Amino acid sequence: MTQTATTPDTIDRGQVGGGWGQFYDDRLSPIKRYAVRNPSLIVGLGLMLSLALFVGIGHLVWDTELYRVLSTPTRLAPSFEYPFGTDTQGRDLLAVSIRGTPLTLRIGLIAGFVSIGLGTVAAFLAAYYRGWVDYGVRSVVDVGLAMPGLLILILVRINIGRELTVDEMGFALGMVGWVFPARTIRAQVLVMREAAYVELSRLSGTSGMGIIFKEMLPNLIPYITASLVGAVAGAILASIGLEAIGLGRFGDPTLGMTIYWNIQFSSIILGMWWWWLPPLVAIVIVFLGLFLISSGLDEWSNPRLRKRV
Amino acid sequence: MTEQTQAVQDSSTSITSSAFRILSAVFGNFVVRRFFFFLFVVWLASTVIFIIPRLSGQDPVKEKLLLEAQRGGAIQQGLDAMAKNYQKRFGLDLPIWVQYGNFLSDLARLDLGTSIAFFPRTVNDIVFESLIWTLGLIGTVTIIAFTLGTLAGAVLGWPRRPGWVQYLFLPLLTLAAVPQYLLGMILIFVFAFSLGWLPLFGGYEPATLPSLTFGFIIDVLRHAILPAFAILFSVIGFWAIGMRGMMINAQGEDYMIQADAKGLKGARIFMRYAVRNALLPQVTGLALVLGTIITGQVLVERVFSYPGIGDILFQAIRLSDFFVIRGIVIVIIVGIAGATFLLDVLYPLIDPRIRVKN
Repeated sequence: MTQTATTPDTIDRGQVGGGWGQFYDDRLSPIKRYAVRNPSLIVGLGLMLSLALFVGIGHLVWDTELYRVLSTPTRLAPSFEYPFGTDTQGRDLLAVSIRGTPLTLRIGLIAGFVSIGLGTVAAFLAAYYRGWVDYGVRSVVDVGLAMPGLLILILVRINIGRELTVDEMGFALGMVGWVFPARTIRAQVLVMREAAYVELSRLSGTSGMGIIFKEMLPNLIPYITASLVGAVAGAILASIGLEAIGLGRFGDPTLGMTIYWNIQFSSIILGMWWWWLPPLVAIVIVFLGLFLISSGLDEWSNPRLRKRV
Repeated sequence: MTEQTQAVQDSSTSITSSAFRILSAVFGNFVVRRFFFFLFVVWLASTVIFIIPRLSGQDPVKEKLLLEAQRGGAIQQGLDAMAKNYQKRFGLDLPIWVQYGNFLSDLARLDLGTSIAFFPRTVNDIVFESLIWTLGLIGTVTIIAFTLGTLAGAVLGWPRRPGWVQYLFLPLLTLAAVPQYLLGMILIFVFAFSLGWLPLFGGYEPATLPSLTFGFIIDVLRHAILPAFAILFSVIGFWAIGMRGMMINAQGEDYMIQADAKGLKGARIFMRYAVRNALLPQVTGLALVLGTIITGQVLVERVFSYPGIGDILFQAIRLSDFFVIRGIVIVIIVGIAGATFLLDVLYPLIDPRIRVKN
């Protein structure tokens, strides 16, 4: 039984050979072939899709206005009438899950796009033009990496003195989260800059912007996509963190705020498992889904991994 | 005989002199430059922290007084005079440059100011009392997680590993993807609520006073087990994934092929060739995730009501105690910048590849 598993050398070679054979023989489309070889991407997308289905169908069949405080009797265990039960303040927890999950995803998506957008622009400017531009970007990134953005955000939020809306929080998280993608993408651009095809393009008189948009950006899209998924996951983690320590908007039924109320009313000690379980499951599905998607994309973005593992 | 001692002496002096040359070359520029960067980061962070409240146009003292007045239902007469009085006391009526100078000189003397909510107590007092709990927990957990995770990752990335090891990978991945505080909640539910094996919350039994007795230490350890495991599990996964990637990258390197061709034993290739080279980038990883670990810890402490810095931060936010929040932010930033500085300085000493480049 162990023999098949303990000889990875031969298995590796067999797989590479099989891979090449498949490359020529099968009539599978590239996407399908990739999916078969790389199940984690499919599983990850499946998890996210199941969450989307839950939210979509939920909006159609359930009265989501029940997420508001005092709209139901308090502290009911799950029953036919309230399938997810109700909490201490009289929210219907099914409505909370249906309304809250997309809100949290929205924070993550806004923050992810803002941070990757800013990071990509900064990385290309720095790595392509070098000189003082690079020096400036690198200094800002180094300082930004040394200062945890979440803490700065806590200070800003405290001083604004009012609650941040979901969109504002996503935007704010994006503004403090761009330095890490800027650094990693810059490293990729620096390597690519020396590649022969970029050299050739430069020699044939393509302008700087032309090289960036026609030669480099298309080649970096896999990497940027993988970074985006990571950034979304990071922003969701940060937003839940901010909300769990009481810096979210109290009226919003986001996953983080639900966690906040759980801690605040000690739902675990009260034995109200139906209160903390749904947000927990939703968060685990989101993180696992995004993680699997990003590790599935990893192989696409990093061809070095393609032959091994 | 004499020739031999001469030779030994020669080689030893040449070793010390070359070591000295490396050290002076490294410390001569890199460390100094790095130290100035550390100071720069701390200065910049403090300046940002100084500017933010001034930009927002809010007055933390007045805010707090208003809040208290509302809670007590008091008439708001004389509140302005009271706020003015407090501002004078905190030096907030001085010109902004004088305030900035005072703020920086206070920081240089490690004076973080006075708490508003727990008035006579200083922020230093509050922060450092809780910092002991946080550092104790995080220090132990990080060291254990680094060792175990790196080991697990090294074995996972090794082609000649035993077959069953690969089944470890998926659980590790899953644990790394789950946020620490959620793991904490699950652990509380299973081991404290359902099974009742361990305490539900806190750093020690509520009725006891902290003292250095055997019973109290046992009590503290019992309370630390669940929060420690909450952090441990997710961090182990992080290290294992990183190490596995580095091990896989090392497989194709020339020195691995050479070691194989020389007919060295598997264990020797594993430890001296693969692990040794893959280990070093893990140290850089430590510098990068330190901030994440600390912010994660803040939330874990919140979930467990652990008396560390995270719990104090939550209390301060709830009581809108601006100076305590500011103090905690400064302490964490200086801590992370300092740790990164140390790692950066030590890194060339353990990795010859970096030393040569510098």
